[in-house]
Amino acid sequence: MSPARRAPPAPAAAAAPVHAPPVPQAWDVARARRDFPLLERRVHGKRLVYLDNAATAQKPRVVLDAIAQFYTEYNANIHRAVYTLSEEATATYESTRAKVQRFLNAADAGEIVFVRGTTEAVNLVAQSFARPRLKAGDEVLITAMEHHSNIVPWQLICEEREARLRVAPMNAAGELLLEQYAALLTPRTRIVSLVHVSNSLGTINPVAEMIRLAHQRGIPVLVDGAQAVPHMRVDVRALDCDFYAFSGHKAYGPTGIGVLYGKAAWLEEMPPYQGGGDMIRSVTFERTTYAPPPAKFEAGTPHIAGVIGLGAAIDYLGGLDWQALAAHEADLLEYASQGLAHIPGVRLIGTARRKTAVVSFVVDGVHAHDVGTILDQEGVAVRTGHHCTQPVMEFFGVPATARASFALYNGRDDVEALLEATRRVHRVFGR
Amino acid sequence: MNPLGELYQQLIIDHNRNPRNFGPLPDANRTANGDNPLCGDRITLRLRVANGVIEDIRFEGSGCAISQASASLMTSAVRGKSPAEALELFRSFHAMVTGGPDAPSDPRVLGKLAAFAGVRAFPARVKCANLPWHTLRAALEGEAQPVTTE
Repeated sequence: MSPARRAPPAPAAAAAPVHAPPVPQAWDVARARRDFPLLERRVHGKRLVYLDNAATAQKPRVVLDAIAQFYTEYNANIHRAVYTLSEEATATYESTRAKVQRFLNAADAGEIVFVRGTTEAVNLVAQSFARPRLKAGDEVLITAMEHHSNIVPWQLICEEREARLRVAPMNAAGELLLEQYAALLTPRTRIVSLVHVSNSLGTINPVAEMIRLAHQRGIPVLVDGAQAVPHMRVDVRALDCDFYAFSGHKAYGPTGIGVLYGKAAWLEEMPPYQGGGDMIRSVTFERTTYAPPPAKFEAGTPHIAGVIGLGAAIDYLGGLDWQALAAHEADLLEYASQGLAHIPGVRLIGTARRKTAVVSFVVDGVHAHDVGTILDQEGVAVRTGHHCTQPVMEFFGVPATARASFALYNGRDDVEALLEATRRVHRVFGR
Repeated sequence: MNPLGELYQQLIIDHNRNPRNFGPLPDANRTANGDNPLCGDRITLRLRVANGVIEDIRFEGSGCAISQASASLMTSAVRGKSPAEALELFRSFHAMVTGGPDAPSDPRVLGKLAAFAGVRAFPARVKCANLPWHTLRAALEGEAQPVTTE
């Protein structure tokens, strides 16, 4: 067994009496914070209030330790050599694939492809799956709230193939309009690619229903799960999606590593995305035959340390009380939304009924970047700008928003710091 | 004064709220666009250069308080100056906000533009203050491509 594969953490102590109904436990923010060394730092003399988790989450110590342990104890390339270190590294890498399979409830570990992140996963599906299927006049369907990474890869292939990129609309709350979506599923639609949770609005889309509607017409579906995986359990077989993509770094893992889940039948028939080492069965100058998936899509030395860090992050997520966490995040969302809405001149952007703990807002007469600078002076880190969703900004008629996005280590004290800092915006701007 | 007060001086707040020289310039003979796509600051600058001086200059656009106030104060500062004088002013301004070696030892030589001295403490915002000036340089040098300071 490789040194990185530790015994699973002991089950939580103090089991409830056998016949008593389980008592819902409140989420312990202070305990969660202790797992994240970076949260101890201060900014401008203030306690760091990190609220840019939709951009990237901080890392728990177990992830940092797993990466350090790999580099200090068994760093070697994988799949190549017969010596001990390489065997350990290979075992840990491949066991992480199995871990991701269980995490997503995929049918087979071979359906898990390691990529750089969600962006690369979308590009891979666009280039290897959709592009060969697209003819002039065909259609690709996305939604009005996609991240640029789920727009541009499709534009690239639509332009080349003279296909049409169509966009399912949303309402003023930032909710997709299912009837219009269904009407856009046409005999020319070759693929649907949709975001599970909007990064700029927090909207949780009814992806299971949307996948069902597409499948009724025989249309495959890719789901961009970058913002979903850190906040909810995802079951790709229950969703029945054809592809599912997420990034490690938003789910408390390292940057530079992500996952593409694809149904085995699709991955089998898709051509490789990149050529190189590790993805071949045999190579001659005349002809190369490819390894089966997932190796077919993992050309070159992969981000081994990233995969190992991702595995530690998935273990960490697996040990969480998701029910308590969901209730906690719902409370933060409510507390922040109510608090911001009561500050004069503040308008919330994205008020869907089903949301993750993301609050986008604008302050009347003050650009989001000025808001961001003032908040930073108070130690409050929020994202400001268009969040790589310029069409969403255009839809709401704003150039940019400030966005606070919460994670498992955020508490009500963080919301209060956000509110106090936002009130300061008015004082600085003299209102 | 605290760094935030240095950045958002009253003069900057005022010029952001009531930008001077804002609007079209129908008889312009020089124009340029500035665009910081990542942060969304945009400016269109129009000038009428004749008899060796910037006779008139106006801007349109949207963005943060720093970029808008910078455009407002810049247009006021360079009107009536020769292109060479305007570019010289840019050099001093640029040095002041980046803390470069050519920074004037006393920012007051820059007149009202000295209000931007506080930007230096906010490296992420230097590009906001500089965008109108880079756009001015592009207009004077006849660059066709939109400029950016990102």
